[in-house]
Amino acid sequence: MDFDSVQLSAILSRIQFAFTVSFHIIFPSITIGLATLIALWEGLWLKTGNPLYLQLAKFWIKPFAITFGMGVVSGIVLSYEFGTNFSKFSELTGAVLGPLMAYEVLTAFFLEAGFLGVMLFGWQRVSAKLHFFASCTVALGTWISAFWIIAANSWMHTPAGHVIVDGKFEVASWLEVIFNPSMPYRLTHMLLATFLTATFVVMATSAWYLRRQQHQAFARKSLSLTLWLALVLAPLQAVVGDFHGLNVKEHQPIKLAAMEGIWAEREANVPLLLFAIPDPKNETNHFEVKIPGLASLILTHDWHGELPGLKSVPKADRPNVPLVFFSFRIMVGLGVLMIFIAVAGLWLRWRGTLYQSRWFLTLCSFMAPSGVIAVLAGWYVVEVGRQPWLVQGLVRTMDVVSPLPPERVLLSLSLFVITYSLLFGVYLYFFRKLIKKGPPSLDELQQLQIGVKASGYAVSFTKALAADTPQAQSNTSQEGKI
Amino acid sequence: MDLALFYFLLLGFAILMYVLLDGFDLGIGILYPWFNSDAEHDHLMRSVAHVWDGNETWLVFGGVILFGAFPAAYALLLSTLYLPIMLMLIGLIFRGVAFEYRFKSNTSKKWWSRAFSLGSTLAAFCQGLMLGALVQGVPADSISQSSLVLLTPFTLLTGLAVVAGYALLACAYLVMKSRGAIQHKAAQRGRALVWVVMLAMAVVSLWTALGSEQIWLRWFGGWHALALLPLPLLALMAARLLYRDLGRVRKSYHQARDVVEKHEDRPFWLAVSLFVLAFMGLLVSLFPALLPGQLSYMQAVAPDASLWFMLPGVLIFVPLILAYTLWGYRIFAGKVEDYEQGY
Ligand code: HDD
Ligand code: HEM
Ligand code: HEM
Repeated sequence: MDFDSVQLSAILSRIQFAFTVSFHIIFPSITIGLATLIALWEGLWLKTGNPLYLQLAKFWIKPFAITFGMGVVSGIVLSYEFGTNFSKFSELTGAVLGPLMAYEVLTAFFLEAGFLGVMLFGWQRVSAKLHFFASCTVALGTWISAFWIIAANSWMHTPAGHVIVDGKFEVASWLEVIFNPSMPYRLTHMLLATFLTATFVVMATSAWYLRRQQHQAFARKSLSLTLWLALVLAPLQAVVGDFHGLNVKEHQPIKLAAMEGIWAEREANVPLLLFAIPDPKNETNHFEVKIPGLASLILTHDWHGELPGLKSVPKADRPNVPLVFFSFRIMVGLGVLMIFIAVAGLWLRWRGTLYQSRWFLTLCSFMAPSGVIAVLAGWYVVEVGRQPWLVQGLVRTMDVVSPLPPERVLLSLSLFVITYSLLFGVYLYFFRKLIKKGPPSLDELQQLQIGVKASGYAVSFTKALAADTPQAQSNTSQEGKI
Repeated sequence: MDLALFYFLLLGFAILMYVLLDGFDLGIGILYPWFNSDAEHDHLMRSVAHVWDGNETWLVFGGVILFGAFPAAYALLLSTLYLPIMLMLIGLIFRGVAFEYRFKSNTSKKWWSRAFSLGSTLAAFCQGLMLGALVQGVPADSISQSSLVLLTPFTLLTGLAVVAGYALLACAYLVMKSRGAIQHKAAQRGRALVWVVMLAMAVVSLWTALGSEQIWLRWFGGWHALALLPLPLLALMAARLLYRDLGRVRKSYHQARDVVEKHEDRPFWLAVSLFVLAFMGLLVSLFPALLPGQLSYMQAVAPDASLWFMLPGVLIFVPLILAYTLWGYRIFAGKVEDYEQGY
């Protein structure tokens, strides 16, 4: 293959990976948090006996299920894509990353899948306690999964614990590989991000019900709950994010320079740019809106602290600055907005007008996608900021792509774009449909509870019920003689 | 035992588990066109809705074991088989989401049925095609050649054989999990499929043996032949028993008698043993290659540090996984009930 087509196919492979991984992360960032919330509600229901909690769990388990399904099918693609599109990378780093992903499958994916069946379909086959156990296990599985994949990803940012033999990576210390310098920060920040994402999805839904004066008791309970959660999580996320930034400064200073828009080789008194348009060609920013010295203060704890800038490395070693710069501002901006909402909620609660304030409820219902957008923006900062490296300082992305003919990658990329666009539309459609349908009524839950409480009894009970429902009749036709 | 061999066998185990488990649930999709009413389709899907995710996880497991223990093979195999892998993934996506959306749809139901059945069939066919390409061997520079080099009469045959094989597994599964008309139809179609599968297995085996002197010698050279003779013989026996059991199920339906329980469950295990035997035959032919003619497992193996690191995980978690998977199946043991509430 000639040089141009190698380049082209590399670019296409990168676009395809970025597209498919971005699609995937939308779903885990909802499911990890939602699984945790559902388990929490089930636990509260078992403890207090308050049926509202059961209603919450039962209602959210449906959106959870479709989200989980999307997460699974899009994730399987990724675990093969390392080999198909980045074959040289897989060969070089397989001995390090492969075992981490093997542990992910062994300790997380099987666990999630094994207990998901019981969580979704087992309501009438197992006791309430066992069902709660299954829900907890699924939630735990999603956390463990995040642990391993974040370890793998963090190693690519701050590689440690390896030796290079004949150009290939081998492991010297697994502890250092797993708990590499950026891993604890990234894992905490990511898990908090997923909790926030789910919290705001639930909050937005309940605010929407309240605005339309539907399902009042249910919506009040969940709005109140999620506002308390946000009040804890959102500020915590900002603090963790700040520590994360300090870690980036230490290990990936050029990424940090891109995030902050610092061009000069070294700069003291670095201002915090609220807004600017970075111009990579002329190596400067336009339209800066800034707070002098603040970035120095945040990152070095000194108004006059010095930070290295983009010009300290050759152009070829810099990432796409505007993309990193803007993504970072989107994430932080949304984070600040989340804190604002949590605090405003507290204030309205204190005033006693929380459930009536239309502007607030409207604002909340617009926050539904905020978590997902912040997560995507965050990942763009992290991943694009690392370029041109795939393993920071050691492996360049363009060097390790599979030598595929560009047409072939273009074909698969087009198939993914078509498939995923279609499915995303479908996903939103069904999500909306489930939300519009609203929670199951308390009466209905009473009936279901019979099934939850006594497993053996339930099956015979439903059997008796089924004999005279119309749905069962249509089935008896093909059930033949029994 | 040396570690590389252990991981080679583990990889084989993962693939076999995948083929057996996802085999029957992909098979359910392949059987869709043979059933007509929405109610029947509901029933079919319900019979696997709680297990498909776990079944597919074995595919991911196979992938990451290959990645972790044989990185060079993971890189070479996957990039060489690029197109069939991508098509398989797309097929799996469509059939996977159909589980979620089909039950919740009204007007679009028939589209989800189609997505489920076409997706399952496409995934199965691509798997068979890749199997054929592996057995036959691919040219060393095939990554830069047209993907059509993968499409030969032999790989077409293996593709169709895998589709038929999965469908047979699904028929046997349905005989176990359903009653009445569905069970009857499954038994009837299953009998036809036994013929198709056996014929395909015979042709593929002979073709493989005739195509490579090495494989020919392994099967027919000297004392090996005697030691290996049980494989085809047992397969023939299993096929015959399977055919008879399915016949009995069919007959009791016509005579309006209850099916003897043994005859309901045994076909599934017979179909499984047929697959296990075929897989062992394959292993005999290909060992120790990961990509025949190009790469053996010894050449592709990862450094010891990686193999040792994964070992406790495998030894502890694989038995655990098998245990709770079994537990999950037991909770949903027995016939599929159409009136049961989902989530
Ligand atoms: C922090 C979380 C996170 C991140 C960064 C990723 N994933 Fe993921 N993934 C999950 C969190 C998750 C999850 C929560 O465990 C999922 C989402 C929904 C689900 O079913 O499990 C999942 C599902 C999932 C599956 C299907 C599992 C199954 O069969 O049940 C695979 C194969 C992957 N992922 C692989 C990947 C790869 C190769 C990634 C990186 C490039 C990746 N995921 C990023
Ligand atoms: C799940 C959230 C993630 C998102 C949204 C994400 C996003 C991205 C993006 C946008 C790129 C393209 C950068 C560029 O080429 O300019 C990229 C590259 C890459 N990322 Fe991630 N990433 C995520 C997680 C991961 C994880 C967990 C891993 C590995 C364990 C990973 C491995 C890679 C690899 C191998 C590339 C190189 C391919 C390329 O440059 O396109 N990513 N990612
Ligand atoms: C409010 C203040 C916030 C700060 C100061 C902050 C800081 C950071 C920093 C510095 C990084 C980059 C780390 C790197 O490049 O390696 C990052 C990444 C990320 N951020 Fe934030 N963040 C904030 C809010 C949020 C919010 C609200 C969300 C989502 C709900 C979020 C989600 C993410 C994600 C998913 C990543 C990538 C994965 C990771 O590194 O954990 N962040 N954040």
